[in-house]
Amino acid sequence: MILTLASKEIRSLFLSPLAWSILAILQFVFGYLFLGQLDLFLQVQPRLAALNDAPGLTEIVVAPMFTNAAIMLLLVMPLLTMRLISDEKRLNTMSLLLSAPISITEIIIGKYLGIITFIIIMLAIMSLMPLSLLLGGNLDFGMVASGFLALFLLLSSFTAVGLYMSTLTSQPTIAATSSFGLLVLLWMVDWATELTGNATTSVMQYLSLLQHYQPLISGIFKSSDIIYYLLFIITFLILSIRRLDAHRLQH
Amino acid sequence: MVYSDIHDQAMQPNSFMTSNVETTVSVNQVSRYYDKLLAVNNLSFSMQRGEILGLLGPNGAGKSTTMQMITGNLAPSSGQISINQFDILDDPKQAKLELGYLPEKPPLYADFKVDEFLLFCAKLNRISKSHQNKAIDSAKQRCALGDVGSRLIGNLSKGYQQRVGIAQAIIHNPALIIFDEPTVGLDPIQIREIRQLIRELGKEHAVILSTHILPEVTSTCDRVLIINKGELVLTESTEGLQKRMFSSSLLVGFHQPPDKQTLLQFDGISEVDKVRDNVFRLHHDPDIDPSDSIVVSSVNEGWKLFELTPEKLSLEEVFLEITTTETHENKTTSAMESI
Repeated sequence: MILTLASKEIRSLFLSPLAWSILAILQFVFGYLFLGQLDLFLQVQPRLAALNDAPGLTEIVVAPMFTNAAIMLLLVMPLLTMRLISDEKRLNTMSLLLSAPISITEIIIGKYLGIITFIIIMLAIMSLMPLSLLLGGNLDFGMVASGFLALFLLLSSFTAVGLYMSTLTSQPTIAATSSFGLLVLLWMVDWATELTGNATTSVMQYLSLLQHYQPLISGIFKSSDIIYYLLFIITFLILSIRRLDAHRLQH
Repeated sequence: MVYSDIHDQAMQPNSFMTSNVETTVSVNQVSRYYDKLLAVNNLSFSMQRGEILGLLGPNGAGKSTTMQMITGNLAPSSGQISINQFDILDDPKQAKLELGYLPEKPPLYADFKVDEFLLFCAKLNRISKSHQNKAIDSAKQRCALGDVGSRLIGNLSKGYQQRVGIAQAIIHNPALIIFDEPTVGLDPIQIREIRQLIRELGKEHAVILSTHILPEVTSTCDRVLIINKGELVLTESTEGLQKRMFSSSLLVGFHQPPDKQTLLQFDGISEVDKVRDNVFRLHHDPDIDPSDSIVVSSVNEGWKLFELTPEKLSLEEVFLEITTTETHENKTTSAMESI
């Protein structure tokens, strides 16, 4: 039942030009940035060879790709998630789901998994770029895998926020704007406290999406970071379920 | 049906409520507030398979709210609703398996093809893989959608979209089908076709139909509920409604009323109903007007006649009388107050 909804969601995405154009434009931008990093690597390669313990191909070319991708996708993910619930409300198709033998939890999880499938497709296409380096060099596979895991968890968190914002309004653009706002806030919540260095700093740092992303893409795997993302996702999914359920109730 | 077994067992404790006819829907003292506005007030009714129930009322009377509550789109503030003995709040999945719903605006995905959309609906309603194609074909055939299966829903005309909406509601062969104003915005030929389809569906399903088009009620429904301001003001079979329209009646009031038998002895009077103290409704043969002889007898016998009103109502008048008397009175009082 959840899979039925997920596949409907992914089908709707690919029926509109939005998904295709997002994939194409992202791939173009990532390709350009990737090429820039590769160029840099080729320039500094002779000097690196002289150093002991020098950063390798993965550190110089692949790791920046994940940083760039995170910032780009912070802009893009709200566009993918904005329609999830708000469109159903705007076009009055919500009643189709609500009067079918399916629970609200299943509706939310089904829609969530639809976007997760899209993320997996997007990451699969993206992974072709670092893998192409294998033609002429060696990669630190542990670090690449950790980077992809980090990006996957980050995008899953973006999706959960976007899904929640989409349950709040019947206007997709408002859903997109507000999820973008919340994501940016969560991204840089620790910036303001960086200078002051008081007790709130550590809390703010812990809340920041960025603080848990950086270690993972530089190959440091801490289970607390993974748990942070999982908790983040579960929180917003539960909020979405409760929000959608509240529509039925007295208000 | 798989569910009939479970259902029979579940019915045992309640069997005193139902006779040998099984109740498909029961709505029991349901109310719904929107904030402080009372949209539906203490509504109760029940119905069986093979019955078409018309839900009639002016705009804002609470028809759509009632339907949304029966379909689980809204939760009632108080009261119970059950479909095939399954409570819509406690057992929503079981209840919704036996439910098909066409809201006022058909819930369609414009960028899906008709076949794709119906396949999605079939899956959503848990039709097993082996039966999906059969279910889609039969729904398409019943709604005359045979030749548009591969067209985009967004490109179809309003009438066809409405039919896709109906197909969506009947695809899983539910016990209860609910149509919210199904003929709005259609041309006369389409309206006739859709009414025909609804009558056909009413033979094996329980159908609830909301409308404010009165002829639609007489031409399709078996029974009518009239709702005004969230309250049930009349429940009547269509024949009863017809009787109210065509058989003439007199409303008479006496200060010293005679007994019913005496009134029945007047020429042409077939039935005497007591409306309230001292006021009676006399149903009479349309060809014979007994008012004159009643007046004469009243004077002779000292019944003290104070009211004599002939009642000849069209369906519109029946409807207006039932739904607007109260509003009218309210308006008059408020107008008086403002003066």
